[in-house]
Amino acid sequence: MANLTINGKTINVDVEDDTPLLWAIRENVGLTGTKYGCGIALCGACTVHVDGVAMRSCGMTVSEAVGKQITTIEGLASNGALHKVQQAWVANDVPQCGYCQSGMIMAVAALLNEKPKPTDQDINEAITNICRCGTFQQVREAIHAAANA
Amino acid sequence: MNKHVMPKLNRRSFVIGTAAAGAGLALGLDIPFGGPKVVRAADGSPEVNVWVVIRPDNTTVVRVARSEMGQGTLTGLAQLVAEELECDWSKVVTEYPTPGQSVARKRAWGDFSTGGSRGIRSSQDYVRKGGATARVMLIQAAANEWKVPASECTAANSIITHTPSGRTTTYGKVVEAAAKLEPPADVKLKDPKDWKVAGKGLKRLDTVDKTTGAMIYGADVKLPGMLNAAIKDCPVFGGKLKSYDEAKIAGMKGVKKVVKVGDSAVAVVADTWWHAKTALDALPIAWDEGENAKVSSESIAKWLAEGLDNSQPAYIGNQNGDAKSAIASAAKKVEAVYNYPYQNHVTMEPMNATALYTPDKCEVWCGTQNGEAAFAATLEASGLPAEKCEVHKLILGGGFGRRGMTDYVRQAVLIAKEMPGTPVKLLWSREEDMAQGKFHPVTQCKLTGAFDANNNLTALHVRLSGQSILYTVRPAALVNGMDTVAFQGMSPSGDAAIGYTVPNLLVEHSMRNPHVPPGFWRGVNVNQNAIYLECFMDELAHSVGQDPVEFRRKLMGKHPKHLAVLNAVAEKIGWGKPAPQGVYRGIAQVMGYGSYVAGAAEISVTEGSKIKVHRIVASTDPGYIVNPAQVERQIAGSFVYGLSALFYGGCTVKDGKMEQTNFDTYNSMRIAEMPKVECVMVPSGGFWGGVGEPTIGVAAPAVLNAYFAATGKRIRSVPLRDQNITFA
Repeated sequence: MANLTINGKTINVDVEDDTPLLWAIRENVGLTGTKYGCGIALCGACTVHVDGVAMRSCGMTVSEAVGKQITTIEGLASNGALHKVQQAWVANDVPQCGYCQSGMIMAVAALLNEKPKPTDQDINEAITNICRCGTFQQVREAIHAAANA
Repeated sequence: MNKHVMPKLNRRSFVIGTAAAGAGLALGLDIPFGGPKVVRAADGSPEVNVWVVIRPDNTTVVRVARSEMGQGTLTGLAQLVAEELECDWSKVVTEYPTPGQSVARKRAWGDFSTGGSRGIRSSQDYVRKGGATARVMLIQAAANEWKVPASECTAANSIITHTPSGRTTTYGKVVEAAAKLEPPADVKLKDPKDWKVAGKGLKRLDTVDKTTGAMIYGADVKLPGMLNAAIKDCPVFGGKLKSYDEAKIAGMKGVKKVVKVGDSAVAVVADTWWHAKTALDALPIAWDEGENAKVSSESIAKWLAEGLDNSQPAYIGNQNGDAKSAIASAAKKVEAVYNYPYQNHVTMEPMNATALYTPDKCEVWCGTQNGEAAFAATLEASGLPAEKCEVHKLILGGGFGRRGMTDYVRQAVLIAKEMPGTPVKLLWSREEDMAQGKFHPVTQCKLTGAFDANNNLTALHVRLSGQSILYTVRPAALVNGMDTVAFQGMSPSGDAAIGYTVPNLLVEHSMRNPHVPPGFWRGVNVNQNAIYLECFMDELAHSVGQDPVEFRRKLMGKHPKHLAVLNAVAEKIGWGKPAPQGVYRGIAQVMGYGSYVAGAAEISVTEGSKIKVHRIVASTDPGYIVNPAQVERQIAGSFVYGLSALFYGGCTVKDGKMEQTNFDTYNSMRIAEMPKVECVMVPSGGFWGGVGEPTIGVAAPAVLNAYFAATGKRIRSVPLRDQNITFA
């Protein structure tokens, strides 16, 4: 059992302490926007914010997440309005299959919190999510668009 | 709002078919193109025909039979229907008909298969006719109501106007009457030059849900009472499951059942997937690996190398003149041997399917590139007849050819069959996905070119040795044993024709089929054939001191469309003009999937082994372009996929099984490594080519030829990581 604070709500989840946060979010909390891609914290599809920092939720246990503010893709919009990164994603028609995009968007939102006007080099260093469809060109353009929004 | 309507995930509401908007399709009625008996969608709105449902509020529901896996086909096909229908694009939504409904209606929606870059090109004709037929019927219904000739009426934006009187009505108001009319026997389709909706870079219809986490992929399916399954299949292909020690995991949390799946796999079913996977990892399993456990990449390579010898039998895919004699008597000859490895598709969403079996009904929810094949797999695995089976398609988290196969559907049904009445979601771990791929086939190639004393190319002999996909996947498609697809990009004619005329040409294939299961992998045989031919063309040009583009042009006089895209790329990249200091260029062209494509790269190389790709230019002539924004994305994406395979890919066999297990051993390009792809689209009309795959063929040879220009070293083996060549 663990109390997790996800998207502003505290939820009691009945899981073992060493359950990866990803699976608690997907299976116990039921928020499936956070995706499983590799399970070894490489691909970034499972990226969430933990106390505002982009983290790969497959590589973090539930017990490590207790007491932290967790934000998933479902919690990024506020007051019914899409986050500016989501808006830029829609305006630039970024997703192809879309499976990696929840994680990509969460990584970008965290980057913009830290660096509101990232350079291409900043993007290259911070955004290491895998996209097999190859949306990188649109991702880069949408990051700059969101930064300038 | 534009939206793709996802299938209902609550079984009860789906079966009952509530009046909720977009709840699903009517079942079982059999008049594909309208007619007196009105077929209704589940919300009560009438079908004008199988492709078009119109709601009273003028919302147009376009049915799309092909699968959306990121390539934009869903939007493109809707554009084609809407173009002919003259409906209000802002009120277009899409939905998938199900394979079961299609079968019940005599295959009303035709082929569901979404591979081979066929999504649009092989259905554009009948979906456009569907839109045009519906338009004619809607106009006729309005004309009947007004008692005026239909010829005096026009339609635009879902509004019908009687031109002489200026009276108007809407599609939503006349659709009930229109649905009762006999469809016209023949309709005239628009000339693409008059397109207003098609041909435009409109936004995709499925984007918003992909940015909010709301899009439901197969892996996200939730059904009441659902359990979760994790699976391990014998890692040595062709091996069997010998035994497993269920007692060892009996007390583990959440475990409900251990199931033998077929004769080669075992699955653990649990309350959550994490519990299922944890228990499966702890389950002692013994395999009967069989003879294939002796196979390795080295043994495969040795066997394939033997096939390069002219004494071995081979299928002839293309020939003119007498290449062997011309080479034997040539003033000068050039020879090289290339190879290309196995590749895994590695869709971001691992394979999965959810199945619910009872003796009376078997339903499957999954992402699939071929709804009808998934349906057939459901029938076969469940043992139930077609009227008792159904497949609900979901948006795919990547396909690239992998989800045209149905192994994961079969497994899910077999597991669910062991637990009647309980829905079970089977999800593969990434490790299972890497172990149980349907791999891009392995090949080698020996190329020999001959020149006369004036350095004219007089002969070309291309000898392929290696695996056939069709031999395993679709043996009925072999032609007297020959796999014609093995010659993609080098065929004498058709949709993958060679772009060069050589006086003496021989292209042949020594077919050798290792035990590793092959599959169609984005670009299929264009991937290696374009490397072989286009890198060797580069070698031939350099061997006689000629410019690689000029050398090609001399051989392309009878191939104007191939030449046009090559010229377009050469011009855009600045071929023949100085490149920036330290930057070198490479170029390639090929034809595949009915489209003519070319690509060029500008790279720099540091320390002889660190490549930075500065620029990529790509050109395509697919005949017609339905959505240029999506075509650009497909071209750029194909370069990411192709260059990932070139730099980081390659699956190797040891002890009969695949050695790569995850992204740590099978990496994929990141944003930092990928430059912008500059697209030059030159649609010349008169034919319909594909878009998703062809350009992947030129990605690798353009970079490899640039690497030679930069270093003087010729790379003839993929992946580059094996040679310690990496991105800078």
